[in-house]
Amino acid sequence: MGKDNHELKANQVTPKNGSEILIDALIEAGVTTLFGYPGGAVLPIFDALFLRKEHFNQVLARHEQGSIHAAEGYARISGKPGVVIATSGPGATNLVTGIVDAMMDSLPLVVFTGQVTQNVIGTDAFQEADIMGITTPITKHNYQVRKIEDLPRIVKEAFHIATTGRPGPVLIDIPKDIAANPCADAYDSSFDLPGYQPKVNPNPLQINKLKEALSSARKPVILAGAGIKFAGASEELIQFAEKHQIPVVTTLQGLGAFPGEHELSLGMGGMHGTYASNTALYNTDLLINIGSRFDDRLTGNLEHFAPTAIIAHIDIDPAEIGKNINTHIPIVSDAKNALIEINKHIDETPDYTEWLDEVNQNKQDYPLWYNQPEEGNMIGQYVIEQVYQASEGKAIVTTDVGQHQMWTAQFYKFSQPNRFVSSGGLGTMGFGFPAAIGAQIAAPDDLVIAIVGDGGFQMTLQEMSILQERNLPVKIVIVNNEALGMVRQWQQAFYSERYSESIFSIQPDFVKLAEAYQIKGAKLATKEEFDQQLPGLLAHDGPVLIDARVLQQENVYPMIPPGQGLHEMIGVKP
Amino acid sequence: MKRIITAKVRNRSGVLNRITGLLQKRQFNIESISVGRTEQEGISRITFVVDVDDFPKAEQIIKQLNKQIDVLKVVDITDKAIVARELALIKITSNAQMRTEIQGIIDPFRATVIDVSKDTISVQVTGDSEKVEALIELLKPYGIKDLARTGITAFLRGQQPQANQDQEPFSLLN
Ligand SMILES: Cc1ncc(C[n+]2csc(CCOP(=O)(O)OP(=O)(O)O)c2C)c(N)n1
Ligand SMILES: [Mg+2]
Repeated sequence: MGKDNHELKANQVTPKNGSEILIDALIEAGVTTLFGYPGGAVLPIFDALFLRKEHFNQVLARHEQGSIHAAEGYARISGKPGVVIATSGPGATNLVTGIVDAMMDSLPLVVFTGQVTQNVIGTDAFQEADIMGITTPITKHNYQVRKIEDLPRIVKEAFHIATTGRPGPVLIDIPKDIAANPCADAYDSSFDLPGYQPKVNPNPLQINKLKEALSSARKPVILAGAGIKFAGASEELIQFAEKHQIPVVTTLQGLGAFPGEHELSLGMGGMHGTYASNTALYNTDLLINIGSRFDDRLTGNLEHFAPTAIIAHIDIDPAEIGKNINTHIPIVSDAKNALIEINKHIDETPDYTEWLDEVNQNKQDYPLWYNQPEEGNMIGQYVIEQVYQASEGKAIVTTDVGQHQMWTAQFYKFSQPNRFVSSGGLGTMGFGFPAAIGAQIAAPDDLVIAIVGDGGFQMTLQEMSILQERNLPVKIVIVNNEALGMVRQWQQAFYSERYSESIFSIQPDFVKLAEAYQIKGAKLATKEEFDQQLPGLLAHDGPVLIDARVLQQENVYPMIPPGQGLHEMIGVKP
Repeated sequence: MKRIITAKVRNRSGVLNRITGLLQKRQFNIESISVGRTEQEGISRITFVVDVDDFPKAEQIIKQLNKQIDVLKVVDITDKAIVARELALIKITSNAQMRTEIQGIIDPFRATVIDVSKDTISVQVTGDSEKVEALIELLKPYGIKDLARTGITAFLRGQQPQANQDQEPFSLLN
């Protein structure tokens, strides 16, 4: 299709083809950034994009996994859906990890995949993959477009489904003939979703039950999850907690939903959470879960999770309520709407001072801790603490998966929502760095730091290409322990130190790699070097890679060992 | 315990795949599943018989089904006044002499003979599962060569007694 041809179409002389209709629909949906990777089945779409370039900021990752993790980081920080386009077959299957990741962490994505032309679907044609079958269990919803005139409606529905209720990924599979052929018929893009009506307002009866429960409680705790961030309900949460003086535990994905340095904050709960948090979750008599899904990394052994508590659970997804934990006060609602009602209707509550004193004593006596190693040597916890100090706690921080992730969750005290980007539910190595790229695109003026492990970084490091190309000043901090640290830790603790395939015998020269991608690199091997150079490197006007050398044998503590309960933590500060 | 759950769904491509996939992923045991059109254009009814440990588990199935975009309505009708039927086709080894004997067995079940050959006889029976099973048991000694069952399809009776509604399992869908 030549340029002249396109102009003819713009003059409505010939009908638009599917790709042009798609682009109209994307513009109408307010899409400004696209994470796309071309290929045969999506050639018509990319051609149409080329002709209407001015409408989009198009980001070409170097692997579709990079595209989708970047889209996830973008979605988490911007609050807008991340939009991904990939070709059929291998392009589509390269997205699978990211789609599951977004599903587990409830991130809004709209994913477009190319498909072979309709007349050869089902014949094992070149680059055909049954992406509908593959993604049915891992998407909130998926569509295959069978008629061009359905395309505008489907796109509209997809954006609606991805971003409302409990957010999640929606996939649209577009056969090449749909993208290439003109649309002769008139189309109607109005919604048609009778089976999809998320419930967003709380039932007053249940709010009343919570009120009663609070009036007879002596040891209430709030558990703050990611639902608070999606709903933008942090202010209402702070108001609720402060008004009644109730301590707050956050989940991993809830970090920042309640300010980490707030006097009522007990920090993160769960496997590597604080002693104060886990003890409070164990001893509470009224647990108010707002927007968390009682994941097993939080609860530990279910038998010992809040064993004597009345459980109140506010969630926009009714299927999460009662799924893992028997719930007494179910509140199906958007977190913000629920908290507004709670703040309006719940006034007088008992004095919880005695309980607050108890949890605060724990907070004071058993803080997160580590032993400073001998002169010169560095450990991961220290690296994170210094990054926290140097960035004044204000950076957007993404992490990969492993020890460095848990240390970041422990030692970077997030004071605002939407500053922390991490793969929680799926625990996807390779996520952290491309997610930082998406985050930086969403927040071009903010300091974005990708804290990654030397293992996970090697899964998606090719995306360094984008940094120089798009002039994105992402700061990469590799917590380099020359090992798959988290695996090594478990082998040390539970497999008699048989370090099976978890210690690297050779590492690339990360600084040279950075330089190969035309970005600044620095290896910081000692504490002195680190202290001296970190502030300058973080302030550098452009992308930077920091290879921070840390001791291999350091472990993440405290810990609830697998299968154990909240009250059975090991490695608590003596 | 067995629960009978019905779901009204839109006839969109992939909807059945989505539903069976989700039941499998969450490790729900389906005893039977039957699908067919309803009086409304574009809408089908699916009837599941599932075997679950307790009420919360049944509740979880309903919620997971309800979450699907193309699922319109899900109801656990087990404890309501319902009509539930299935159809079974049973082929038995039988020669001419035994036919009358078999006829005598199937008559009280209002089953009918639908096919006869030199050494087989095929029977059709409809009813609730207990009735169908009872007949199958009685015919087993003759040697069942082939058995096809549709699984249960069901809906509510026109009138629901008041008392029955109080027995409804607890619901978190407030
Ligand atoms: C894709 C993927 N493969 C394997 C794992 C299992 N895993 C979890 S943590 C970890 C080690 C990560 O090592 P590194 O990135 O160096 O981080 P560290 O734990 O050393 O901080 C591994 C292999 C995973 N989470 N994701
Ligand atoms: Mg490592």
